[in-house]
Amino acid sequence: MIQVINRPFGIRAVTRALGILVLVLPTFAFASEGGSFMHTVKNDKTDIASLQRGARNFVNYCGGCHSAKYIRFSKLQEDLHLTEKQMTENLMFAARKTDELMKVAMPPEDAARWFGQSPPDLTLVARSRGTDWVYSFLKSFYLDPSRPTGVNNLLLPNASMPHALWQLQGLQEASFYETTEANGTVVSHFGDPAFFAKFEEIQPGKLSPEEYDQFVTDLVNFLDWAGTPEQMDRQRLGIWVIIFLVVFLIFAYLLKVEIWKDVK
Amino acid sequence: MSSVSNTNSGPLLAWIDKRFPLSKMLREHATEYYAGKNFNIWYVFGVLAMVVLIIQLVTGIFLTMNYKPSAADAFASVEYIMRDVEWGWLIRYMHSTGASAFFIVVYLHMFRAMLYGSYKNPRELLWLIGMLIYVALMAEGFFGYLLPWGQMSYWGAQVIISLFGALPVIGDPLVEWIRGDYNISDITLNRFFALHVIAVPLALVMLVVMHILALHETGSNNPDGIEIKENKGPDGIPVDGVAFHPYYTAKDLVAIIVFLILFSGVVFFAPEMGGYFLEHANFEPANFLKTPVHIAPVWYFTPFYAILRAVPSKLGGVILMGSAILVLFLLPWIDRSKVKSIRYRGWGYKGALAVFAVSFVALGILGTLPAEGVYTLLARIFSFLYFAFFVYLYIYTGSEKGKPVPARLTYHG
Repeated sequence: MIQVINRPFGIRAVTRALGILVLVLPTFAFASEGGSFMHTVKNDKTDIASLQRGARNFVNYCGGCHSAKYIRFSKLQEDLHLTEKQMTENLMFAARKTDELMKVAMPPEDAARWFGQSPPDLTLVARSRGTDWVYSFLKSFYLDPSRPTGVNNLLLPNASMPHALWQLQGLQEASFYETTEANGTVVSHFGDPAFFAKFEEIQPGKLSPEEYDQFVTDLVNFLDWAGTPEQMDRQRLGIWVIIFLVVFLIFAYLLKVEIWKDVK
Repeated sequence: MSSVSNTNSGPLLAWIDKRFPLSKMLREHATEYYAGKNFNIWYVFGVLAMVVLIIQLVTGIFLTMNYKPSAADAFASVEYIMRDVEWGWLIRYMHSTGASAFFIVVYLHMFRAMLYGSYKNPRELLWLIGMLIYVALMAEGFFGYLLPWGQMSYWGAQVIISLFGALPVIGDPLVEWIRGDYNISDITLNRFFALHVIAVPLALVMLVVMHILALHETGSNNPDGIEIKENKGPDGIPVDGVAFHPYYTAKDLVAIIVFLILFSGVVFFAPEMGGYFLEHANFEPANFLKTPVHIAPVWYFTPFYAILRAVPSKLGGVILMGSAILVLFLLPWIDRSKVKSIRYRGWGYKGALAVFAVSFVALGILGTLPAEGVYTLLARIFSFLYFAFFVYLYIYTGSEKGKPVPARLTYHG
């Protein structure tokens, strides 16, 4: 596990405090909403500590099976303010140099044999599915004895993925609404997301529900960064480009007025 | 050298002019090309289309330096451009935003022609060349969309190519001939790359040159729809005209900067534009075993896609969709009114054009939605209105009564 670097006090500490506040809010917001399993995640990509925890979570719990093969370790190191030592000791288990990509050690052919299909690369999952989807997915595993892995997922029914985070979250059962047909037969809708009622914890995990939400939020934050690592640079540069264009516009407009003043 | 090149009669320019018509061309196309002085905001989209064309050509060249047109490498090479190539993300987002921007400015440019009758005598050929540019642009957009090799690239192309299969007899062999394979594959990607980076852009650039030459031959139309050449001063210069340079170069520069501000807003702050410019599903690599739940083409094709789906028979849909584009070519002959500008045309035209514009936008929205229930009904209604516009226009313009057209331009300096 990596040691999370403490950022210097000042504005950054304040943003982090705000970030944590924001992270806790969804728990309240959704506490009252029965039957819903789609959550809104409030992750903050400027929160470097959260990104670092997310990277650690990814490497330790996802990276065994899933690659993030478009990310280069050196970019990760730079953007997440990590030292070479932290990289090699905590994040790079198979890779030797930081110019390598975050590939997976497991051969895809074996993976396909073991899981039915090879686990997808996750670099762009937050971009293709959305951060809310990933967050809700990791909170929606429930016990289903009919599945080979013993669990099923509401967002990806009959997923071949086991609940990799079960030791942290614990195990939960899902209950579904039943309907009664005209002839009196009760129809079970077990596993149908449209009839989902609620989750119930069967066995607690190592983390409390709040800690688990934080864990998943950090992970989603990391995946959000992984999908668009250029976003911060892009927005910073964009402001200057637009300021330049606005100034240019003023002079161009004055030039136009000057040239057109004799047109009657 | 610098002392001579700044003067018009310098020996260097004289040397060139003797061998190449440089000064003559500048005079004919810029400093002595006269256009009506009353151009409004609708008249900036032509030059903006030129700006976007240049953005696409330049960013496209840089993208090809790192893009790999093969099924195995294409997706990864795009991510490589986004992450490892210096400024690669900027080049790629400019190109992807440019594609949508191109269609936005071209649709507005075409609508301008409908507002002010810019396709009418003597500018019919100008309109036809413009329509060819539009068709080439659609081909360019279609070929380019396959290149990132994402799920939407793959399945969008699958849907569009399969449309040709609806044609009787030649359908299936034609589809196979386009793909070069029994499926969309590496071979298809490779040929689409060739068409996207050389064949179609070459045609586009040549057509744009022809479009401008045709424009400069007839002279530009204006919001009053009056020929300024018919009212010349003693010096032979149209009294209501101003020289393209410096008047319109200065005015267009303002428009270009405003456009670039909006363009930068998208490139830097919303490159996906909510999934319309870059579709979310396209961040997943193409997988021929996994059909996405909802396949929709990119937004600029959706009006025609909605027309296609409005017809229950596939062949009928293809024919109607093709007609929706073909009918636009005939516009100069469908609209029989002698009056060009909407300012002096009857309410019958103003109202019909508004209905047509609303129908086109509505079809565009419906094309992004699943074809079911009330959406199908709406798509049928708006498809009907789209075609009804042209039928109505032909009949109505046989006896249109408008306002008298003034002899001189209206200009409030």
